[in-house]
Amino acid sequence: MTDLAWIDAAIVAARPEAIGALLRYFRDLDTAEEAFQDACLRALHNWPEKGPPRDPTAWLILVGRNAALDGVRKRSRSAPLPAEDQLSDLGDAEAPLAERLDNADYRDDVLRLLFICCHPDLPATQQIALALRIVSGLTVREIARAFLVGEAAMEQRITRAKARIAGADVPFETPGPVERAERLAAVLAMVYLVFNEGYSAGAGSQRLALTAEAVRLARLLLRLFQTEPEVMGLLALMLLQQARAETRFDAAGEIVLLDDQDRGRWDHRQIGEGLALAEKALRHQRPGPYQVQAAIAAVHARATRPEDTDWANIEGLYAALEHMQPSPVITLNRAVAVDKLAGPAAALALIEPLEPRLAGYFPFHGARGHFLMRIGRLEEARVAFDRAIALAATPAQAAHIRRQLDRLIQTADVA
Amino acid sequence: MLYAILCYNNEDVVWSWSPAKEAEVMGAIGAVQEQLIAEGKLGPSLRLLPTTAATTLRKSQDPPLVIDGPFAETKEQLLGFYVIDVEGLEDALDVARRIGAASPGGCFELRPIALFNPDPRMPAAVHEPARPETTVQA
Repeated sequence: MTDLAWIDAAIVAARPEAIGALLRYFRDLDTAEEAFQDACLRALHNWPEKGPPRDPTAWLILVGRNAALDGVRKRSRSAPLPAEDQLSDLGDAEAPLAERLDNADYRDDVLRLLFICCHPDLPATQQIALALRIVSGLTVREIARAFLVGEAAMEQRITRAKARIAGADVPFETPGPVERAERLAAVLAMVYLVFNEGYSAGAGSQRLALTAEAVRLARLLLRLFQTEPEVMGLLALMLLQQARAETRFDAAGEIVLLDDQDRGRWDHRQIGEGLALAEKALRHQRPGPYQVQAAIAAVHARATRPEDTDWANIEGLYAALEHMQPSPVITLNRAVAVDKLAGPAAALALIEPLEPRLAGYFPFHGARGHFLMRIGRLEEARVAFDRAIALAATPAQAAHIRRQLDRLIQTADVA
Repeated sequence: MLYAILCYNNEDVVWSWSPAKEAEVMGAIGAVQEQLIAEGKLGPSLRLLPTTAATTLRKSQDPPLVIDGPFAETKEQLLGFYVIDVEGLEDALDVARRIGAASPGGCFELRPIALFNPDPRMPAAVHEPARPETTVQA
């Protein structure tokens, strides 16, 4: 008994490794994708009758490779096509292939496939679209819907991205340790981009599904790179953030701040997995930015009530993160912890010097307005909130600031 | 007789289920579990997080070595288990078939249990045989 839903799930799960291996054989993305499509069609035809193969990924790679080789032969008209029946009997061929494709092969194949998508010539949005199309196998329509653009426009964007990387020099030899580490770092950044693309979407957006896709990719990477603490850190970070997904917006689609979220509705299974991974990473004593961010998310996840939050710990972790990758955005986040520990005046003093670099950054003006309001500089607070509204990327962001403005006006009236 | 039903499946597939699929499967399994509880056949059961969250303590050396991930690389991973209280193998197979019909893919390994220590923090009643006569009164 092999139901179609199972076949579909098995094909989706096998896709990154299968396309990665086919890309290694054919060294051409389009050929690899076509070969995989062919193999999927044959799987849909074959598996319900004969039962699923022991190793679906190896089956899809072998059948895909044969199909593509047939295609080459057909085009060159130099050899007769083998009959479909001959191809479908794979029982014997499958076993040796499965042994040859050990974890190390898959690891570099998947890494190469993802690495191609994060080619530095491609803007971030194209990297994400390409990875979702090729690695995750989302349809152009699904991706277009997630990015709120027309299907034709997205098709064109993906085609253009592919053309750009087709001319690029993609290394096919097995990478050395340094090169592998560099590729992994680029790929992790891309996976986190996919996640944030989903996480920053408004309530009810199609884009929210991208967070689950990023988690799936990170799980795959961690299975292939079991001892990499930064991969653990990234997966932990995403799980701990995603655990709060249900409580981030209210029924009207308005933003609910961390302090006001119903913590009982956080997803405790995801929190459990995230905390376990963060702890595993810590044992390696090779800290990195994802692990530190995961540690920050873990402090929030561990606090049963907002007032239980260990803000001193969070402030220290942001300071460590600032040290690893200096950025005004991280300082801004640290200011939120400083506010909790030392009050709004200290927080304001910390962020004032950031103004020139964060002048166009929505959260900066929101936070600044909030600090100014609380120390009674109401007119300046109003100006900051107006700036924030002008810079808001989603209606929910703008609405959230408007609520603060309302509170400000009430405060001003009382005074 | 106590049996363990060890559930093996491809975790990449299972952990990629959509929330809708997840709810559908858990709902179907939940319905079977309720029947089994009513029949007094179901003991503790649990579901494991993916093997990416696993750590292995390898005891072949002293002190034991802590390594990331599961001990063995396999195509199907241990995802969880049920403890069932049944007449014997045929009964155990019947229970396994019923749970199996509710959960797609993978395989179940049925292992007779040699020693069962109930959770010492739980009330002792948890593993006493069901007494239908007391529930009928309600």
